[in-house]
Amino acid sequence: MAHVAVTHDVHEAIHHTEELSFWRKYVFSLDHKVIGLQYLITSLVFLFFGFTLMMLMRWQLAYPGQPIPIIGKWLGEMNAPGGIMLPEFYNQLGAMHGTIMVFLGVVPLAVGAFGNYIVPLQIGAPDMAFPKLNMASYWTYLVGGITMLSSFFMPGGAANSGWTSYAPLSVVATTGQTVWLIAMVFLITSSLLGSVNFIVTIVQLRTKGMTFMRMPFFVWAQLVTSFLLLLAFPPLEAAAVMQLMDRLAGTSFFMPSGLVVAGQILDVSGGGSPLLWQHLFWFLAHPEVYVLILPAMGIIAEILANNTRKPLWGYKSLVYAAVFLGFMSFIVWAHHMFLTGMGTVISAFFQTTTMIISIPSVIILTAFFISLWGASIRINTQMLFALSFLPMFGIGGLTGLPLGLAPTDIHLHDTYYVIGHFHYVVAPGTIFALFAGVYHWYPKVTGRKMSETLGKIHFWGSLVCMNGIFMPMFIQGLAGVSRRLYDGGQQYAHAQGVLQWNEFMSIAAWLLALFQLPFIINFFLSLKTGKKVESDNPWEATTLEWATPTPPPHGNFARPVEVYRGPYEYSVPNHPTDFTPQHVPDPVKA
Amino acid sequence: MHIPYTIHARPDTGLFNAKLGVWLFLASEVMLFGALFSSYVLLRIGAPSWPHGFEILNIPLATLNTVVLITSSITMVMAWASLKIHDFARYKRYIGATVGLGFVFLIIKAFEYGAKFSAGIYPSESTFLAIYFTLTGLHGLHVVGGMIVNGYFWGPGSRMWHTEPERFTNRIEVAGLYWHFVDLVWIFLFPVLYLL
Repeated sequence: MAHVAVTHDVHEAIHHTEELSFWRKYVFSLDHKVIGLQYLITSLVFLFFGFTLMMLMRWQLAYPGQPIPIIGKWLGEMNAPGGIMLPEFYNQLGAMHGTIMVFLGVVPLAVGAFGNYIVPLQIGAPDMAFPKLNMASYWTYLVGGITMLSSFFMPGGAANSGWTSYAPLSVVATTGQTVWLIAMVFLITSSLLGSVNFIVTIVQLRTKGMTFMRMPFFVWAQLVTSFLLLLAFPPLEAAAVMQLMDRLAGTSFFMPSGLVVAGQILDVSGGGSPLLWQHLFWFLAHPEVYVLILPAMGIIAEILANNTRKPLWGYKSLVYAAVFLGFMSFIVWAHHMFLTGMGTVISAFFQTTTMIISIPSVIILTAFFISLWGASIRINTQMLFALSFLPMFGIGGLTGLPLGLAPTDIHLHDTYYVIGHFHYVVAPGTIFALFAGVYHWYPKVTGRKMSETLGKIHFWGSLVCMNGIFMPMFIQGLAGVSRRLYDGGQQYAHAQGVLQWNEFMSIAAWLLALFQLPFIINFFLSLKTGKKVESDNPWEATTLEWATPTPPPHGNFARPVEVYRGPYEYSVPNHPTDFTPQHVPDPVKA
Repeated sequence: MHIPYTIHARPDTGLFNAKLGVWLFLASEVMLFGALFSSYVLLRIGAPSWPHGFEILNIPLATLNTVVLITSSITMVMAWASLKIHDFARYKRYIGATVGLGFVFLIIKAFEYGAKFSAGIYPSESTFLAIYFTLTGLHGLHVVGGMIVNGYFWGPGSRMWHTEPERFTNRIEVAGLYWHFVDLVWIFLFPVLYLL
């Protein structure tokens, strides 16, 4: 019966949709779902590319000075003569790994892909408020991404001053840095277009009855994220313009007087401030951390509520915590700069705000944990990823506390401990949530479920390998091994006791790549062979995206939807099913 | 497919989509120029000496430009008001004047820049000149952007008046908000760079 209804809806929707050419339908599409999928595919490709760069670096760290097998000879004589990686090339890979993962991989995947596809569906909107801006946002992102990658072919190679591009090093760096800055301007423009679109969509296009406090937590997370992108990115754009001026017009925004490079005093007017770059950079890059984590928390909230079959614990606290988190994230940036000598008064201020911002994160994580209490948990692949997100993000968050306090940060700053800390937040944290999201929403997009067997191989392999990579980093970091060493610390006496971990971590990284194969195979194979869903709501969820036909047509809903209740009404007593969708009216009482 | 609230305001928010959109965009612009103004403050308080703008820059030309830009904001409002009273011919004159005044602003600015360059004064000279050229240059780009939008609504874009007059009036209102913002940035730039 349900199946008949599906085909009927789809049939009806097709009738209402005007026929579009292939190009307008799949390439230059105005449909938020197609744009979301374009973002999904593009950012996954960038994500795997960024990971590949790291795998090359891990060879150098595990076996310094040995030729890279097989692919070493393809890297070019300029980068790796005889397959042995040069330090300059190692620096390029490091800078580009960070840049690609953050700006081209995770953020476009979390916001551009999931936000675009899911947000309009969850609030009952026919599309985003500005479909043409949405398309422009994707294409600007793609141009920015291709520009970023093209910098590998510049003289001197890609940007090599770290993803933070600290001045004055970045100002005197090779041409790749100019391309990096231009690409960043494109990416910032793309995120500006996207964030305006998201906020307007969420404020203006909520369907009848969808009040703010009935919005799923995922929508709240995207709303706060959009505000962060809207307000935190422009200062980096200003900084990028100033660095471009420094590099191209010979100004001295970030160049102090009397700077000596290669034994000679630089011929610049001087009087600039390298600290200014750091302030402007971290004014973006700290909120960016929450841009990475909030959408992930949103996805986790949806999956936890759906698979615990009970309401999310403390929905209001979650919402207020997310909003407070967004607000606070604007006044913690200088905790990345305790070692710059900016002064104890400023350090004291930023330590205090940093300790305060940990409170809402703990509230969110605690609410998620309590949501599990007393639930009859349904274990599937997305739930496994979601459940492991909690302790993994927990490790990432707790290890951040010593970095937020100046006395401990002085010891840990710029060591592998920092790398371990933020990778726990982003890799088994955010990326696990994004994987969970793919498994969760795949049936809505394609009408088929992904394979559970392949999914579980993917999950367990990734979980073990991720910890295998990042846990030893804490050990190395506490021993004082710096994060930017080309040889992994071989030259340093204090690193000798922990060097043996390098090989272990590298092997874990390569195995992690191997365990992504089941995911890739699953992703494509399930399009053809996945188990067909028997209704539009295969997970028996309550939110509005499951009220659409499968897959949702252009314009989304077959008929106008109205919302009657909050987002997570599971296991309501005296209700015939254990879920009560938002759009189903209460039965009329006799 | 129909997207709601493109023309009429949503009752509970009191806004149509594009108006909220442009306000958000302007908020991000405030952060962009705010970062540059903050950089100006930080560089200036860190500098052992800082030139007075009036010793280097041309105040009479900048004053004239201030008058030109404020006038263009007035003509922009008049263009929108003309549409509100359904006088399309008057709208055409006012929006044309707005674009024209934008041109005048840029020509005067080009004279200022040209005089500096021919006197051998470049951004690389000092941090003051660096921030002067960066801020006014970025503002100039915003003027160009506004002129392209207003020029479009003066020319081919104005055809919408005959099919969807209300929506077209909204577009002019939104374009006007942006144009006033560009004007406002100059109102801050002028005293900060030229007078202080």
